[in-house]
Amino acid sequence: MKFGKMKPQRRNRLMIAGLLVSSVGTAVGLALMALNENINLFYSPAQIVRGEAPANTTIRAGGMVLDNSVQRSTTDLRVTFQVSDMQGSDLTITYVGILPDLFREGQGVIARGQLNDQGVFVAEEVLAKHDENYMPPEIAQTLAENQQKLEVDVKGMPL
Amino acid sequence: MIVELGHFSLILALGLAFSLALLPAVGVYQRQPRLMQMAGSLSAGLFVFLLLSFVCLAYAFWTDDFSVAYVARNSNSALPLQYKMSAIWGAHEGSFLLWTLIMGGWTLAVSIFSRGLTLDMRARVLAILGALTIGFILFLLLTSNPFDRTLPVFPADGADLNPLLQDFGLIVHPPMLYMGYVGMAVPFAFAIATLTTGRLDAAWARWSRPWTNVAWAFLTVGITLGSWWAYYELGWGGWWFWDAVENASFMPWLIGTALIHSLAVTEKRGVFKSWTVLLAIFAFSFSLLGAFIVRSGVLTSVHAFAVDPERGMFILAFLVVVIGGSLLLYAIKVSGIKSEAGFDWTSRETMVLVNNLLLVTATGAVLLGTLYPLIYEALTDGKKISVGPPYFNAVFVPLMLLLFAAMAVSPTSRWKKTPIAFFTQQWRPMLASVLIVGALVFFLGSSFSGVVVLVDAMALWIVINLVRDFSSKVANKVQKIPSLFRQSMSYYGMLLGHVGIAVAVIGVCTTVYYTQEKDLRMAPGDVVNLAGYEFRFNEMRKVKGPNYIADQAEIEVLVDGVRQTVLYPEKRFYEASRNVMTEADIDPSLFRDLYVALGEPIGGDAWAVRVHYKPFVRWIWFGGLLIALGGFTTILDRRYRAVKQARQTSVVSSSGSNSASSAAI
Repeated sequence: MKFGKMKPQRRNRLMIAGLLVSSVGTAVGLALMALNENINLFYSPAQIVRGEAPANTTIRAGGMVLDNSVQRSTTDLRVTFQVSDMQGSDLTITYVGILPDLFREGQGVIARGQLNDQGVFVAEEVLAKHDENYMPPEIAQTLAENQQKLEVDVKGMPL
Repeated sequence: MIVELGHFSLILALGLAFSLALLPAVGVYQRQPRLMQMAGSLSAGLFVFLLLSFVCLAYAFWTDDFSVAYVARNSNSALPLQYKMSAIWGAHEGSFLLWTLIMGGWTLAVSIFSRGLTLDMRARVLAILGALTIGFILFLLLTSNPFDRTLPVFPADGADLNPLLQDFGLIVHPPMLYMGYVGMAVPFAFAIATLTTGRLDAAWARWSRPWTNVAWAFLTVGITLGSWWAYYELGWGGWWFWDAVENASFMPWLIGTALIHSLAVTEKRGVFKSWTVLLAIFAFSFSLLGAFIVRSGVLTSVHAFAVDPERGMFILAFLVVVIGGSLLLYAIKVSGIKSEAGFDWTSRETMVLVNNLLLVTATGAVLLGTLYPLIYEALTDGKKISVGPPYFNAVFVPLMLLLFAAMAVSPTSRWKKTPIAFFTQQWRPMLASVLIVGALVFFLGSSFSGVVVLVDAMALWIVINLVRDFSSKVANKVQKIPSLFRQSMSYYGMLLGHVGIAVAVIGVCTTVYYTQEKDLRMAPGDVVNLAGYEFRFNEMRKVKGPNYIADQAEIEVLVDGVRQTVLYPEKRFYEASRNVMTEADIDPSLFRDLYVALGEPIGGDAWAVRVHYKPFVRWIWFGGLLIALGGFTTILDRRYRAVKQARQTSVVSSSGSNSASSAAI
C-alpha cells in the first residue's frame, strides 16, 4: 500500500505513531546517555578510607564536620575540613569558595568533587541543608548503621 | 478551646466531604435531582468548615499558643506578625491545611461558576472533587494534624520559623503554587466526570478550558515567585537548580502546558479527545506526585520537609488509587471515542501535536532524572547517586529548541491544512532574527557566543511572527480600533503567553552565558573590578532587626570613579533558632543586576564576598509573569461569558453557545 493512497485518517494515525515512536526513542536514548555521564555516586568516609572509591572521578562524599577541623587560608577562600562517620573513619575535604550558611562544625554536609591521588577530597560544591533538623538520607543511613554497631560495642553507652 | 474548635471543624469538613462525594453521586445514579442539587450547598459547607479550621490555626499563631506543637515548632513570640501568619504554611502540617483549604475554594468556585452545566454533569464533577477532598482531610487528620497539643508540658517560647522563610517571597509563593497544583484537580474532575458519562463531546473541553488556564496561570506565578525567591534569598545568585522539589512543580506545569493547547484543539476542532482526557488525568497525577516527592523525604532536596515514612506511604497509596482508578476508567471508556475531523500533516493540529509530544517527552525526561536516584538505589542494592543539572540541561534544552521552532510557526499556521509555501517562506523572519540578534551581540556583548545568537534569535523569530500575525489581523485593517476589539481575549492571552516565553528564554540564555562572578576575600578598603563596575568594600557594622542581629557591609559601586549605588549585604544571626542567614543586596535594573552577598568572616577583618554581574536576569521572572497574565487573560473571553449569560436566563444546557470568534488557541 502506498503512503499517498491511504485514507487520510489512517495516514494521520500512522504519522502520529511514527512521530511518537521516533521522538520517544530518541529522547530515551539521549536521556540514558546523558544519565550515564551525569550520575554521581555517594561514598561514605569508611568506603573511601578502605579505598573503594575511584580517584579523579566526580563522586559525592559526606559526613559530620569534625570539631576544630576547619582551617582557612589567610590569602584566599581555600578551606580545609574533616568529615567523619563518627566511627573512626575520617576524610579530609578541601574547597575554594563560599560555604553555605548551615555549614558548621558538628553538622552533616555533603560535598561533590573528586578524590585526588593523595586521598584528599577536592570539592567543587559543598551542600548543607536549609533545615537544620533535616539530615541528608545518605548521612542519616551511615550514622544509623554506625550507631547500631556502637550500641553493640559499648553496650548502650551514650556517644 | 479555639484550637479544639479548629480540629473539630476539620472533622466536620471530613463528614461534609463524604456527603459531597456520595449524595450527588447517588443522585446521578438514581436520577434524583434533589440529591444532585445538594452538591452546591455541600460544597459551600465544606469550604466554610475548612476556612474555620484554617482561621483557628491562624488564631493559635496570632496568640502565640505554644501548647500547639506545630506553632511551637514554627513560630516565636518575637516573630513579626506577617511572618507569624505566613508561618501557618511554613512547614508540612499547616501547608497541607492550606492545600486542603484551597481545594475547598476551587470546589466552591466550580459550584458557583458552573451553573451553566447540566445538573447531572455538575453533580458528577463536584462529587469527584469531594472524593479527592476526603483523601486530603484524612491525610491531615491521620498523619499530619496541625492541631496536636504538647500538653501538659509546653515550651515557654517557640523554636521560630526557619529564617530563610521569613521573607515576602514565602508569604506569597506557597499559596500561588498550591492554587496551581490543586487547581489541576478541576480539569481532572471534568475529565473523569465526562468519562463516566461515556459522552466525550467537545463541550467538556469548553467547560474545562477556563479552569485549566487559570490553574496553570497560578502554577506559573508560583514557580516564577519560587525562582525569584531562591535568587535573592539563598545568597548565591542561582534561580533554578533542577532540584527534586523544583522538578516536582515543573512537571505538572509542562503537562499543564500541553493540556491547555490540546484542550484548545479539542474544543475548536473536535480532535485529540481521548488524548486530552489522558493529559488532564496526568496533569493532576503529577501534582500529587509532586506532593509525594516534597512531603515523603524519599529524595534528597534542599526543600524537603522533615522525613516521615508514614506520610509518604499515605500519599503513595492515595496516588496509586487516583492514578490507577482513573486510568482503569479511561481504559474501559475511551475505546468508543472518534475524532470528528481529519487534518493534514501541515495543519495547525499537527503543530499542536508536536508541541504535546515534545512537552510530554520533556516531562518524561525530567521525571526520569528526578526518580533515577530511587531506581538506581533499588537496582543496585542501596548505592546512592545524585543526578546533576548537566543531565537535565543536556536533555531538556534540545527538546525546548525544537519546541520553540514549532512555537514560531504554529500560531500563524492554518487549521486543517497550511500551504507549503508558508513554511518555505519562514527563512525570511528566521534570517532577520539571526541578523538582528547577531548584530546586537556583536556590538554590545563582551564576547561572541553562537548559542546566545541561536537561542535569542529563535525567541525573536517567535515574536516577529506574532507581530506579523497581529498586524495582519488589526493594523492592516481599514477600521483599526474596532478590529482591535474584534479579536478574542483568548487570542490576546495567546499573544501574551508566547511573548512571555520569548522574554523568559532571552533572559535565561543571556544570563547563563554572560553572567560574570567572583568569590573573593575582602577587607575594608579592598576594591574589586567586575564587568566595568568597581566594587569598593568600605566598612562593616552591626545592625539590629526585630528578631535578629546582623553584620552589615557597605559596598560602594562606581563606574569611572562616579558612584552608582551603595549596597548593604548582611549576615544575619537569628536569636531564637540560632541560625545564620545570608541576606544578599541587589541593584536591579532592566538589563542587568548587580548582586553582592557575604560569605563568612575569615580571619582578621576580612570577609568572603560574592559579587555577581547578571545581565537580563529580570527578564526570566518578567517573562514568567507575562505568561501567567496570558493565562488569566483567556478567561475574559466572550465564549465563557456566554456560558454565564445562559445561566442568568436559566438555560440549563450551555452547549451550542460556542461563538465563532477568531481562530485563536
